[in-house]
Amino acid sequence: MSVAHMSEHEREEAETHEQRALGFWLYLMGDAVIFALLFATYAIMIPGTAGGPTGKQLFELDNAAIETVLLLVSSMTFGFASLQVKAGNRGAVLAWLAITFLLGTAFVFLEVREFSGMIAQGAGPDRSGFLSAFFTLVGTHGVHVTMGLIWIVILGAQVALKGLTMPVASRLHRLGLFWHFLDIAWVGIFSIVYLPGLL
Amino acid sequence: MFGKLTIEALPFYSPIAAGGALVTVGGALLVFLVLTWLKAWKYLWTDWLTSVDHKRIGVMYIVLALIMLLRGFVDAIMMRAQQAMALNSGGYLPPEHFDQIFSSHGTIMIFFMAMPFMTGLINVIVPLQIGTRDVAFPWLNAVSLWLSAAGAALVMVSLVIGKFSTAGWTGYPPYSGIEYNPGVGVDYWIWAILISGVGSTMSGINFIVTILKRRAPGMTLMRMTPFVWTALVASVLMAFAFPAITVACGLLALDRLAGMHFFTNAHGGNMMNYVNLFWIWGHPEVYILILPAFGIFSEVVSTFSRKRLFGYESLVYATAAIGILSFTVWLHHFFTMGSSANVNAFFGVMTMIIAVPTGVKVFNWLLTMYRGRIEFHPSMMWSIGFIVTFVIGGMTGVLLAIPPADFLMHNTTFLVAHFHNMIIPGVLFGYLAGYMYWFPKVFGFAFNRGWGLGAFWCWLVGFYLAFMPLYLLGLKGMPRRMETYNDPTWQPYLQVAAFGAFVVLCGIGCMVMQLYVSLRDRNKTRDLTGDPFDGRTLEWSTSSPPPPYNFAVIPTVGDREAFLEMKEKGIAYQRPAAYEAIRIPSNTPIGVILGAFAFVLGFAVVWHIWWLVLAAGVVMFAAVIVRSSDDDNEFTMSAAEVKAIEDERFRVMGTRP
Amino acid sequence: MTAACDLKRAAVLDPKGPIALAERNLLFDAFYVMMIVIVPIIILTLWFAWRYRASNTKAVYAPTWDSSVKIDALTWLIPAVIVVAVAVLLWRSTHRLDPYRPLESKEPPLDVQVVAQDWKWLFIYPEQGIAVVNQLVFPAGRPVSLRITSDTVMNSFYVPQLAGQIYAMAGMQTRLQMLADQPGTFVGRNSQYSGDGYSKQHFEVQAMTPADFDAWVARVKQGGARLDATSYAALAAKSRANPITYFSTVEPQLFDSIIDKYRHSGHAHSAPVRR
Repeated sequence: MSVAHMSEHEREEAETHEQRALGFWLYLMGDAVIFALLFATYAIMIPGTAGGPTGKQLFELDNAAIETVLLLVSSMTFGFASLQVKAGNRGAVLAWLAITFLLGTAFVFLEVREFSGMIAQGAGPDRSGFLSAFFTLVGTHGVHVTMGLIWIVILGAQVALKGLTMPVASRLHRLGLFWHFLDIAWVGIFSIVYLPGLL
Repeated sequence: MFGKLTIEALPFYSPIAAGGALVTVGGALLVFLVLTWLKAWKYLWTDWLTSVDHKRIGVMYIVLALIMLLRGFVDAIMMRAQQAMALNSGGYLPPEHFDQIFSSHGTIMIFFMAMPFMTGLINVIVPLQIGTRDVAFPWLNAVSLWLSAAGAALVMVSLVIGKFSTAGWTGYPPYSGIEYNPGVGVDYWIWAILISGVGSTMSGINFIVTILKRRAPGMTLMRMTPFVWTALVASVLMAFAFPAITVACGLLALDRLAGMHFFTNAHGGNMMNYVNLFWIWGHPEVYILILPAFGIFSEVVSTFSRKRLFGYESLVYATAAIGILSFTVWLHHFFTMGSSANVNAFFGVMTMIIAVPTGVKVFNWLLTMYRGRIEFHPSMMWSIGFIVTFVIGGMTGVLLAIPPADFLMHNTTFLVAHFHNMIIPGVLFGYLAGYMYWFPKVFGFAFNRGWGLGAFWCWLVGFYLAFMPLYLLGLKGMPRRMETYNDPTWQPYLQVAAFGAFVVLCGIGCMVMQLYVSLRDRNKTRDLTGDPFDGRTLEWSTSSPPPPYNFAVIPTVGDREAFLEMKEKGIAYQRPAAYEAIRIPSNTPIGVILGAFAFVLGFAVVWHIWWLVLAAGVVMFAAVIVRSSDDDNEFTMSAAEVKAIEDERFRVMGTRP
Repeated sequence: MTAACDLKRAAVLDPKGPIALAERNLLFDAFYVMMIVIVPIIILTLWFAWRYRASNTKAVYAPTWDSSVKIDALTWLIPAVIVVAVAVLLWRSTHRLDPYRPLESKEPPLDVQVVAQDWKWLFIYPEQGIAVVNQLVFPAGRPVSLRITSDTVMNSFYVPQLAGQIYAMAGMQTRLQMLADQPGTFVGRNSQYSGDGYSKQHFEVQAMTPADFDAWVARVKQGGARLDATSYAALAAKSRANPITYFSTVEPQLFDSIIDKYRHSGHAHSAPVRR
């Protein structure tokens, strides 16, 4: 639909969604500041193991690598969902969202398993400053992914019930920004937390 | 069931604390009864609490700010009285009460007086000045307001149930950690800041999008008013600096609640990281507060000098420069932490560099007054008082920015005097100038000038009396936050300072009288034109108070002083051939509900009532989901309704153009 | 005029050693430089407000005069020049007066280790093997080199007439140098709020002649009280307004063990551990 053919109301709606996209983008930048400060805190606290285990002793690269693959692929499948939104193909959108959801859930499952394994070894977040920073940084990302999963379910329901209306499509667009943002944050975690921990 | 909450939490431990609690509860009860007696609840609910109109939200922010100003000022005068008395004795306050008072004074004045005052003024005025009908996200705006109110309510409740933090408004660990501060006070502080901080971050985002995306046609960036410019830069700082205090307080909360070790003395904690995180937010925060005040001074000085603002471009660049530089100076808050000479010197020099754009602004205000026709409206008086007083604070700030000089003066009352010298004339005078300038616009009747001038003189004189002695005491080596002291030569200075606080109290009395007299005379002083001061910018082009849609027809802008240009061209009051229907966001209770449950959530975390935390969290989550799934949250005001409102406006305006 | 006399003796304005004197002079220099611009601004503001008041119709009125490249340039240049001047002063003095930099003197510095506690100050003299609570004594004319830590929350060690201040933090060590020109008694304080006993956490600073100092050390040594792990633990417990207390012997390495207590379970922080 070109701009010329839009009614006044549709034009206003398009402007609204543009404003929301900018607002959401600004929110993500603020969130990026939070991650940046948590990364900095983590970097400062690497030596603060207080005689407890270090990253080298705790981290499993395999697990982190699988998590990385899951999240990157889920970003791709979300991209496919976005393409199908443009094509107006409701069934395909739902299918890709479902796949994204499963991949994200698997990611959260692996992370929870890693965390509970560490806590069982006595390497919980209250063991040392280093582990506090690790759990908080990685956990904050994990909470974001969980929120994203809930959001996928809600928007999936909206797609199913309301169809790919302009408001729903606009919300899917913002969810997409969020989901890809989590990928970027994870790449940071993988390369700042897991890789150097093993080298 | 009730976590750590027991009957012990009630403040019967000291008569003064119990008195404070009684006043708080009594005040709340009185407001409740008056509203019930006036049968105002329904009106209040439908027209105000559930409103998403930026003007009403702005007014509610300012009401919150003025209430908290009173509370913060009571704290201030109690401290001044204590120090005036407490030579070699305990005065009338025990240390564990005195330290709650200085902590709540700072917390309230920054987070729950200055922040809401600023957010309120931006809310009311920015959409009017850029010629739009509302902010970009009206509902989010209401949520921001109610989250700020929830934070303020947490601070107030700590007077009645439990105690407030004793760790100062900066909450430095390890003193604020669970090991040294096991009570609930620091938790109240943390959650009040976290909850209101989310609101401030969202306000920042909301204003950025509003200013960038919703300006009237013709209003290029370089035609925005100075207030809009400063609001934009302050909003950018809000959106990107507030995450830092969220992290600082969040990690402190994890230390306290989950036994983590971010800032503990042992177990690998690093309290210096907190100090850095706090001031990475804290210094931009100073400019978040002061830049919009600078914007107000620019508007006021230009309007009441009847002259175009001098050096507009310079002012814009200076504003932007201050915004960027504000992120590069945070370490000057702790030169005494033992950083290397290179680090200290670097941050000292960066701090001085900020003085350059600030100096430029001062010169521009001066040159705007030069060859003007100055009218001594109270707002203009606040501005003149500001310039004269602020440069003194700027000078002492440069002194403190020299690390070796800071070694002498840090943590003394000299420092206290310095930052009050920035915040009272720089921030508060600016907001009060804006409050007195735009009051008739918002309410449609004049704001009494006599009492306004009285308030100004009392505040100005009171400020000098209260803080000049503190500069001198700092030179005499008096540290801040002393509940008692043993140096008899300090006492006369502290008595003068206490007297100054009482003069400020008279100023606050004048402000109360100003409200009362103006309300009483409102029918005689109606502003029928919408333009009582021969204004230059768009907010004066619409009626006072503005209609719900602000502008029946979105104006087209041709100059920085858009409305003055329209008046000069004789098109200021032109009416269109026909009006169009206008879509307006519908009121919703979800904002106030979210605020209420955010308060419950904060309270429950403070007292470790975990089931209630969960319940409040679930309700908030559900409310957000319901609201965000709603596609239809506007209503349409028909062209006929718009025409009726506009007809009435032009009828009362009468023959005046 | 009593106020003026009183201010002449104000701690910051009346330094008694070269460090505090240099810091104060810096304060004055920067103050004078800034007066060059502050005073004219204040005068111009008041003068313009009066001269261009609305009722004075004789004054020139130029309602549309709003820019001038030359004046714009000046408004940036004037503050910039002042700032450059003060910044040069700042850069040099910050390096010269770095509290970690030893003082130049013919005499070797006297080492004193300082521990902030709730709510008192412990001074350990490693060479003399003695320790004192709430009293810091040293010979006038000889540099004193302080190593400072905290066995509680953050404190700030502050002697306005001799040295300024620096934070004391647990698990870390900060440094401060001082020197008293003449014998005398001064006040030292904690300037960083640290809890209920904070207001009374001050200590006596005494600069003596070298002979008096030696006599004082000898007197302390006769006292008999020993500061070891046990008595240290008792001393470190919270107490307010402690009297001056002497310890004639001190367990060696006590100061390091106070720092290490937090560091063994913690880690070395970078900046303030510059030794």
